Amino acid sequence: MSWTRKILRVNLSKGSCTPEPLNMEWAMEYLGQRGLASKYLSEEVDPTCDALGPDNKLIMATGPLTGTSASTAGRYSVICKSPLTGAIAASNSGGFFGPEMKFAGWDMIIFEGKSEKPVYLLIQDDQVELRSAEDIWGKSAWETDDILHATHQDPQMRIAIIGRTAEAGCLYAGIINDRHRAAGRSGVGTVMASKNLKAVAIRGTGGIGNLEDADKFFEAVDAGKKVLADGAVTGQGLPTYGTQVLMNVINGVGGLPAHNMRDVGFDGAGDISAEAMAEPRKSDGKPNLVTGAGCFACTIACGRISTIDKTHFSVKDKPQYHGASGGLEYEAAWALGADTGVSDLDALTYVNFLCNEDGFDPISFGATVAAAMEMFQDGDLTTKDTGGIELKFGSAEALVAITELLVTGEGFAKDLGMGSKRLCDKYKRPELSMTVKSQEFPAYDPRGIQGMGLGYATSNRGACHLRGYTVASEVLGIPVKTEMNDAEGKPELVKAFQDATALVDSAGLCIFTTFAWGMDDIAPQIDAACEGDWSVEGCLEVGERIWNMERIFNQAAGFTADDDKLPKRMLKEAIKSGPTKGQVSRLGEMLPKYYEIRGWNPKGEVTAETRERLSL
Amino acid sequence: MKMYIEFYASLMKYLPPGNARFRREIKVEDSLKLSRLIARYHILPEEAHLVLVNGLYVYAEAREGRELQEGDVVSIWPPVAGG
Repeated sequence: MSWTRKILRVNLSKGSCTPEPLNMEWAMEYLGQRGLASKYLSEEVDPTCDALGPDNKLIMATGPLTGTSASTAGRYSVICKSPLTGAIAASNSGGFFGPEMKFAGWDMIIFEGKSEKPVYLLIQDDQVELRSAEDIWGKSAWETDDILHATHQDPQMRIAIIGRTAEAGCLYAGIINDRHRAAGRSGVGTVMASKNLKAVAIRGTGGIGNLEDADKFFEAVDAGKKVLADGAVTGQGLPTYGTQVLMNVINGVGGLPAHNMRDVGFDGAGDISAEAMAEPRKSDGKPNLVTGAGCFACTIACGRISTIDKTHFSVKDKPQYHGASGGLEYEAAWALGADTGVSDLDALTYVNFLCNEDGFDPISFGATVAAAMEMFQDGDLTTKDTGGIELKFGSAEALVAITELLVTGEGFAKDLGMGSKRLCDKYKRPELSMTVKSQEFPAYDPRGIQGMGLGYATSNRGACHLRGYTVASEVLGIPVKTEMNDAEGKPELVKAFQDATALVDSAGLCIFTTFAWGMDDIAPQIDAACEGDWSVEGCLEVGERIWNMERIFNQAAGFTADDDKLPKRMLKEAIKSGPTKGQVSRLGEMLPKYYEIRGWNPKGEVTAETRERLSL
Repeated sequence: MKMYIEFYASLMKYLPPGNARFRREIKVEDSLKLSRLIARYHILPEEAHLVLVNGLYVYAEAREGRELQEGDVVSIWPPVAGG
């Protein structure tokens, strides 16, 4: 079945687990996963609540296509109010956890309240129970994964886990599943930790059935897979090189920020790129990259599995890191590398392993370290603050040391765990925080790539590339090339990407399919799987409805147009060199038009007419 | 005249022998057109998806008329993406 039509409500304060039917009326309007869970959150949670208090809820949600044979249908999302931003959070992860939830018979799990003691949720089909996690509290996500698999003697069990950074209150902790897939952004793991919930372990044996029109579905799925296989990017580019192939591209076009976004262009980009990952190392003749990897049902397989040079300073005495694991991906390599000025591929791979092992967002972490490095350079921070670490741009040793410190949660780790915004506020350099709504920028400079600036400023979960990836058009020419530095036409482009992405995120599919698929490839798959009318137009309207619903949640949480802004550095400090020299973000030219085409008033508020049009 | 080529990802196989990872210094005749340079290295038009001259994108339809200058850096990628 597309939807299982069943959700599990777990009240952690009472220790109760209660099945209830999925609200199908809402499913028809919000589809699933990000959209549908955000609807539940909007209806059940006061947007002004303390994100780390018991009144916030944490929802793990699948889409109607999750677990089906549609390509990339392995996604699930975690929805809650974010402790990092105070806005609505929806973090999406691949791997195999989401499908397992469906196989066990559940569309979503709503966690509410707070457990008195650490617990984990065990689901074996319709058998559900909360178990004590007191003996695994304090363990890393990887250790917990090993222990729970051993405890239940089931290698097929899929587990979503928080690491030690979440337990320590790091505001950008994520939730790890399958060891190196992550619901990574906006601190969803921190919310899970605030509820004393260590893990969710699932084994489902039910499979997927009851598609609305099975013959039509398999026809649509086959057609979709052919489009992906024939697409040059999804059939060759991503499988061969992964996302890291972007490192040289974005550097080449003048869009790669470096050194806390003080500079654009990074001399070490080539050394930490996909091409470098494929080169034999001097020490053992083996490359960093071992193989590619795919999530459930994925026919693209952009994932990377890598190793660290065993003789590298970071791991030479740590044999537990000598095996292969996930990484590097582009965004992580940028934040941990170019933004900190570190061009040591092995150091970045090691630090990325730690991000997975203990569940913290490499983008927010790397960008926070970069801000700290700039303050260290300027003398606002000294070794007295950093616990003796010489936090210099370009120092791989410093990056490794500060990452190992973060995991302990001790000393300066507490400052770093607050994220760039709160860190820069504390040390009285607020202008050095490269954030929107307190969430750190990803790997594209908004001065060089205008649409991304508008996308960051208006993203409902704070600065993010995955809410509207206009880089596809502005840099990569997908589906059509637009000029990076044009402001004209970008409000329309950003809105189109944002609405389409909201729909894809709510279906259970991966956004990378859209490098080949248009909505006319996606809608037929949803329409065949699900009851109701899921035409292209209907799907786009659902995407727009979801975007506006998230905006309304944020408005109720206290966000205004004043929060749709970029740091002054992006608006006033022109790019100093390279092909984009002289450019600044022209957000002011784009934002009024964006509000207008969204059907919002000049203050950026969703108008009564728009609410009515979208049935909000 | 002297200029530079940079081929990335699967196009690295078309680079002439040399030590640098992506870049080669080459000597070409004056007034060489971009499309001719691409063809000279046996890169098919559909492989030359992202073509930059000095970091600036050159649309496919403009490559035939684009005359290269001394010192230009031509960078070429096949269809790739990420994020």
